[in-house]
Amino acid sequence: MVSRRDFIRISALGAGAIAVGAGAFKVVKALSSPEEVKKLVVDLRRTPTYCEVCFWKCAGWVYKTSEGKIWKIIGNDDDQHCNGRFCPRGTGGVGMYYDEDRLKTPLIRVEERGKQVFREATWDEALDLIAGKMKKLSADYGPETMALFTHGSGSTYFTTLLKAFGTANIAEPSYAQCRGPRDEAFMATFGEEAYSPEITDIRDTKCLVLIGSHIGENMHNGQVQEMSDAIDKGATIITVDPRFSTAAGKSKFWLPIKPSTDIALLLAWIHEIIYNEYYDRKYVEKYCMGFDQLKAYVSEFTPEWAYAITTIKPDLIRKTAKEMADASPAVIVHPGRHVTWYGDDTQRIRAVAILNALLGSWGRRGGFYRPSKFALPASAIPAFKAPAKSWQDLFPGKYPLASSPVSNALIDASVPENNPAYPIKGWFVNGTNLIFTIPNQANTLKAIQNLELLVVVDTMPMEITGWADVVLPECTYLERYDTLRAAPHRKPAIALRMPATEPLYDTKSDYTIARDLSKKLNLADYFPFEKQEEMLDAQLKKAGSSLEEMQRIGVKTFEREADDLYFSDNEDVEFSTDSGKIELFSAYFEGAGFDPIPKYTPHEEPTEGYYRLIYGRAPMHTFSRTANNPNLTDLMDENTVWINPMVAKEWGLKPDQYIWLKNQNDIISDFPIKVRVTERIRWDSVYMVHGFGHAEKKLKRCFGRGVSDTQLITNVLVDPIMGGTGMRSNFVTFVTEKTEEEAAL
Amino acid sequence: MRYAMAVDTRKCVGCSDCVVACQTENKVPIGFCRDWVVEVMDGTYPQLEMEIRSERCNHCENAPCVRCCPTGASHFVEGGIVMVEHSQCIGCGACIASCPYDARYPHPDGYVDKCTFCEHRIKNGLTPACTAVCPTKCLYFGDLDDPNSDVSVVLKKRKYKTLIPEAGTSPQLYFLI
Repeated sequence: MVSRRDFIRISALGAGAIAVGAGAFKVVKALSSPEEVKKLVVDLRRTPTYCEVCFWKCAGWVYKTSEGKIWKIIGNDDDQHCNGRFCPRGTGGVGMYYDEDRLKTPLIRVEERGKQVFREATWDEALDLIAGKMKKLSADYGPETMALFTHGSGSTYFTTLLKAFGTANIAEPSYAQCRGPRDEAFMATFGEEAYSPEITDIRDTKCLVLIGSHIGENMHNGQVQEMSDAIDKGATIITVDPRFSTAAGKSKFWLPIKPSTDIALLLAWIHEIIYNEYYDRKYVEKYCMGFDQLKAYVSEFTPEWAYAITTIKPDLIRKTAKEMADASPAVIVHPGRHVTWYGDDTQRIRAVAILNALLGSWGRRGGFYRPSKFALPASAIPAFKAPAKSWQDLFPGKYPLASSPVSNALIDASVPENNPAYPIKGWFVNGTNLIFTIPNQANTLKAIQNLELLVVVDTMPMEITGWADVVLPECTYLERYDTLRAAPHRKPAIALRMPATEPLYDTKSDYTIARDLSKKLNLADYFPFEKQEEMLDAQLKKAGSSLEEMQRIGVKTFEREADDLYFSDNEDVEFSTDSGKIELFSAYFEGAGFDPIPKYTPHEEPTEGYYRLIYGRAPMHTFSRTANNPNLTDLMDENTVWINPMVAKEWGLKPDQYIWLKNQNDIISDFPIKVRVTERIRWDSVYMVHGFGHAEKKLKRCFGRGVSDTQLITNVLVDPIMGGTGMRSNFVTFVTEKTEEEAAL
Repeated sequence: MRYAMAVDTRKCVGCSDCVVACQTENKVPIGFCRDWVVEVMDGTYPQLEMEIRSERCNHCENAPCVRCCPTGASHFVEGGIVMVEHSQCIGCGACIASCPYDARYPHPDGYVDKCTFCEHRIKNGLTPACTAVCPTKCLYFGDLDDPNSDVSVVLKKRKYKTLIPEAGTSPQLYFLI
């Protein structure tokens, strides 16, 4: 605190007097040297972690107050994911720990006087019950009847457990509900995926093209930071979005496209780049195959053709194609992340990949770099027995090119009417709120009604927990060790998460839960370490570090083995595709019965009085999981529906008025949503942030706040290539008053 | 010494990280904030412009809050930072009414609170929490009397404006445009 003596009073004397006053300032304290500051910052009360609020997994430090209470989380300067700067969600991660609505003890569903309720249970009871039921299910149907739905750090342990149990039905909704089409499209084109964090070299790019990708609103930390660096360096940003996104506000060119027509725009760009000979000829000749077929295919797709479809003026299509070409190869047509929109998403991202190939950006500075990942020594556990039946066997021939299990296929296989080849009767759910994650909620609930066991592991009483037979409360990431983070990046690196404090309430880490359950399933060999820190220490020692060292530094970055971040001039590159080349024409797709070059297909349009429902992210929230976080709710506590002023006028809607939304299948939102009248959205669409409208009353802070987009997504366009669930073909209208009948629903 | 901050509106994405970092750093109670984000839209679809600003106390050279404070709780310290001495504040709210930027709030403990430019951090050679955390690096802090400080350098390079200059308070928060 500053002593009274240092006060300087000025009256209304104006600026001249300030200069006089300035001379009278007393030096409070000499500023410390950087070394002293460093010492000051290396505080014994800080412990390393990496963030679990989203998948970017930034490494940071947890600081505690002198009373030992968790105080704040600050980014680790040595971490490539965050460069010492956490995003709002990471900074607000403390709220996950302090949220008083957390799950506090194991719960078991019981019947009391004809009503189902949860009763509190001990861990032993809960795990005994689960192990008993799993064994019975295995005896009745085979172990493949168990499915795991998982997201985040806990995946590792529950995957090990379920594989050891004998099932490979392990799905991450981050595949079929999010980035799956992108992975398959990039694999088919370059033989490699776009990774997480994405290998986009944004910091050195001269031109960044975003197609519906709203960097800055999606707070993928390193990427947001690099976009800002690129702005500083004068890079051109081109944004394609029916909504004036934050990124659009930073863009030299904003293409306010008619929703669902992106492939037409991409084909026109490809046409322009080929027929104006803008493409990187040397690169294409050396690395690509199928150019002639592509050239012949796109001959008709002129900007004029695309204008009629996309509403983007031909001149703007030409100008932006030229802009990309001028920046080539330092140009990124961003692959996006949540790309399950219209059911032809793999093909749309194939067009993105092809465009990048023509511009020669893959493997080039300012385009896509080659990632390097630290190879962690694995701990010795018994080999998994190959399961007798795979997820592909459930519906033979469906989603033939999916390289990961498709969550919605596992859900469909839990509904007997769908005639799966064998039944899915047990679900283990960790870190994903399937009610908000999977579109067509009625289908998910029908599947749940047919289960004999549903186990949910979470920190919060999310909607899915309400359907569980057993709820297991995990502690937050701030209270536990986890596997080392070793993600691909410019340099290989590892990061440690360790507990900043003991777990609150009767909660346990995912490792402990999986290990204890493995004992009850006679699978303890798969968890040879009683304590996770012993496993980490053994692993780190093999890697030339130690637990002690990592506790001190948090992140360890290594040099790349070779100087090969980008292709060198004339380097011979063998791509992991069938041809060993970048495939502009995909024989692999053609062989499986799909278009070898992306095709534009018109999609359904809203009928009169209905508007296309578009959803996205807010920078301070992750999925539906942070809606109750006290710190983050303080920044944003409900979503709003964005409505164009012309539409609002037509409907007589006023700003801040609460309305309900009704979709094309007459589903009316559970809760009302606040109207935001804004020029930032097209007249044929409405927009809302995903993750609100929680219907679980135990989430006291966010219950009934805003609307769940997932509830209104009942028309799902499934990508036949890989099973992705296209979710942007739903149309809503406005309901200003609910009828009694509707209110009763 | 004259501390000031510049906010690059071309880079700010309005993520509110500055807000939550300030709240945790300074233990600001939930429901209150010392800094906030403003979005200003202009135009008609699709001819639109948007400015996003991270705002806070302007640490005015001619600060009405200091002038009107009946107890002297609001005062200047080294570098022109406007501070509130909590123990001397009677919570009368005169300063809240006088501030053209609405930068002050009544703390539930009975005093008025606001941005301090993280005086406790800058004394130790660190930057304010908002500046240190900002993922877009859109906040520049430093001493205007030092021509090499981050804020001096960026103000030399770029066009900028201040908010409500007509109030005559000589604000020290600069917005790069």
